[in-house]
Amino acid sequence: MARPILEVKGLTTTLAGGTITILEDVSFGLQPGEVLGVVGESGSGKSMLALSVMGLLPKAVRRTAGRIVLDGEDLAALSPDRWRERRGSDLAMIFQEPMTALNPVMRVGDQVAEVLRRQGIPAKKARQETINLFRKVEIPSPEQRVRGYPHELSGGMRQRVMIAIALAANPKVLIADEPTTALDVTVQAQILDLLRKLQKERGLSLVFITHDLGVIAEIADRVLVLYAGRVAEIAPVRKIFDNPQHPYTRALLASIPEIDRPRGRLVTIEGAVPSIGAMPKGCRYASRCPFRRDICEQESPRLGLVSSDQAAACVQPFGFEKPQEEALA
Amino acid sequence: MARFLAKRIAGAFVVLALVSLMSFAIIWLVPGDPTAAFLDTSATPEQVARLRHELGLDQPMIIQMLDWYGRILHGDLGHSILLNRSVTAAILERLPVTLSLAGVALTLALIAGVSAGIVAAVNHNRWPDQVVMTAALFGLSVPDFWLGIMLILLLAVKFDFFPTGGYVPISEDPLGWLDSIVMPAMTLAVIQVGFIARMTRASMLEVLNQDFIRTADAKGLTRTEIMLHHGLPNALVPVLTVAGIVAGALLGGAVIIEQVFSIPGVGRLIIGGILSRDYPVIQGGLLFLAVIYLGVNLAVDILYAAVDPRVRLE
Ligand SMILES: Nc1ncnc2c1ncn2[C@@H]1O[C@H](COP(=O)(O)OP(=O)(O)O)[C@@H](O)[C@H]1O
Ligand code: SF4
Ligand SMILES: [Mg+2]
Repeated sequence: MARPILEVKGLTTTLAGGTITILEDVSFGLQPGEVLGVVGESGSGKSMLALSVMGLLPKAVRRTAGRIVLDGEDLAALSPDRWRERRGSDLAMIFQEPMTALNPVMRVGDQVAEVLRRQGIPAKKARQETINLFRKVEIPSPEQRVRGYPHELSGGMRQRVMIAIALAANPKVLIADEPTTALDVTVQAQILDLLRKLQKERGLSLVFITHDLGVIAEIADRVLVLYAGRVAEIAPVRKIFDNPQHPYTRALLASIPEIDRPRGRLVTIEGAVPSIGAMPKGCRYASRCPFRRDICEQESPRLGLVSSDQAAACVQPFGFEKPQEEALA
Repeated sequence: MARFLAKRIAGAFVVLALVSLMSFAIIWLVPGDPTAAFLDTSATPEQVARLRHELGLDQPMIIQMLDWYGRILHGDLGHSILLNRSVTAAILERLPVTLSLAGVALTLALIAGVSAGIVAAVNHNRWPDQVVMTAALFGLSVPDFWLGIMLILLLAVKFDFFPTGGYVPISEDPLGWLDSIVMPAMTLAVIQVGFIARMTRASMLEVLNQDFIRTADAKGLTRTEIMLHHGLPNALVPVLTVAGIVAGALLGGAVIIEQVFSIPGVGRLIIGGILSRDYPVIQGGLLFLAVIYLGVNLAVDILYAAVDPRVRLE
């Protein structure tokens, strides 16, 4: 395998007090041109993971351990100012809420051009390039649209502007944090198609965050499953769907509503995620896991390789057999 | 935008109609007889009646009112017997004085208030924030006439930095003008600096928590760029909405400050008019201040629409 463009090792973040961990020992790699899907329930720490990589953690949250290696350079070892210089050039991010992510009193074109200007592109050229980017993200009549304001645009169009801002950076790594969650269903599909197309065209290295495994299936090469701030499983997308190793991954799969599933059998995962202030000592999934044994609650299971490209954090991963639906019933 | 403006202008005219009605009604509301100013107590009833006739006071109220409106529409605010000249001319002569006092005060208040508010917000909960907030509270609490007298005692009487009062027209001597206007304008601005500093701080703190600031941060902009290009323009929108109120308060405050610093502006004219029951001067002066106030607010509305594109939609 080539050297990963992004490698996160042992990332741990805590609430500023220090006792409550939000992310614990998160590690993964992203290959150039690869799409890594990050999936997990709301509150599992997906956004904190994205913001950690960007160096944009909220004040209340601190990174207490871990390396964030971008193209061979550990960002976590840089001064805040040097890390900032990576944003908008090597690193870019698309946020979940297009309605509030744009500056309401600045022309949308200027909000894109601003990124280009940072790279030393002269104003006139930046304006032209912004129009090109608007065309790239399929915003109709880009020449007029660049002069518009965010309130004149729909949610889907605003998210396209956000994508144009991200592309303007021409980043080595792009992080998309639930970019379609806040949109209407039909618009979701359009934005997802657009991102997939742009990723292919430009060979983007993309971390795609979602709580929706259905979306993962459409875009990801590999998948990281996050549970309560820990990596539960990481594997190529086919293995996640065909041969999941962590009981939580299985439960997630079973909860996808499928057209061919008999009506009324929509499975939800029983129980609730432990609250961040009261994480158990052992496996964080234990309170909901139908396979729990005594040893599960003694210490936190390490992320262990099940095969060369699949790892799960469970004391008794399933092995190589096909998942048994009955086991979940 | 055109509709927005049309609405505002229509609103201003309604207010103007009401204000002019009230200015007219002053003559009926204030106790005492307007003729008392011109006649001593020994005047015969016949003399009083003749004067009332000359002043039009013997006409039915509705006629007087129509007459009043007819005149003000032509810019005629009446004649002051005491000053022996037209009220309009008397006001126009003093208007630049009051406007320069209020204008300089407004400029000072905006510059000092907005800067202090930004410094406080950027250093939220650290010592510069506390210094600004304490100073702002002081500025809001201190009575301006008291501050004016203190400044005169300290800077004019004791140290002789500034004249104790009076006014030099800018056309005669620009430096002398500045010398005569700085202290009164500062005095007048102090309360508003406190008010604007607190507004700006609160508004800036709110804006800095918004998602689009995080977007700006994700673009790798420096803290200064984020503040100037994204924070400030948004934070100023609510500050601008109160700029009209501030301008109005400064015009009102100027009336008092002109007394303290013996500045011959419209405020002194009106107060002189009140003391001598010179009704045309009182009526005309108040109406004039109201017109200026409305004009300022209209200008602020236009500015507001220019800054915040969302307003233009309405
Ligand atoms: N600004 C913040 N300050 C403190 N804690 C936060 C903040 N934002 C999120 N958290 C906490 O971090 C945890 C992970 O949140 P988040 O990363 O937003 O989850 P997700 O994106 O997967 O829904 C949650 O328990 C949440 O309460
Ligand atoms: S470690 Fe135990 S409790 Fe945790 S997922 Fe595996 S079987 Fe379930
Ligand atoms: Mg999130």
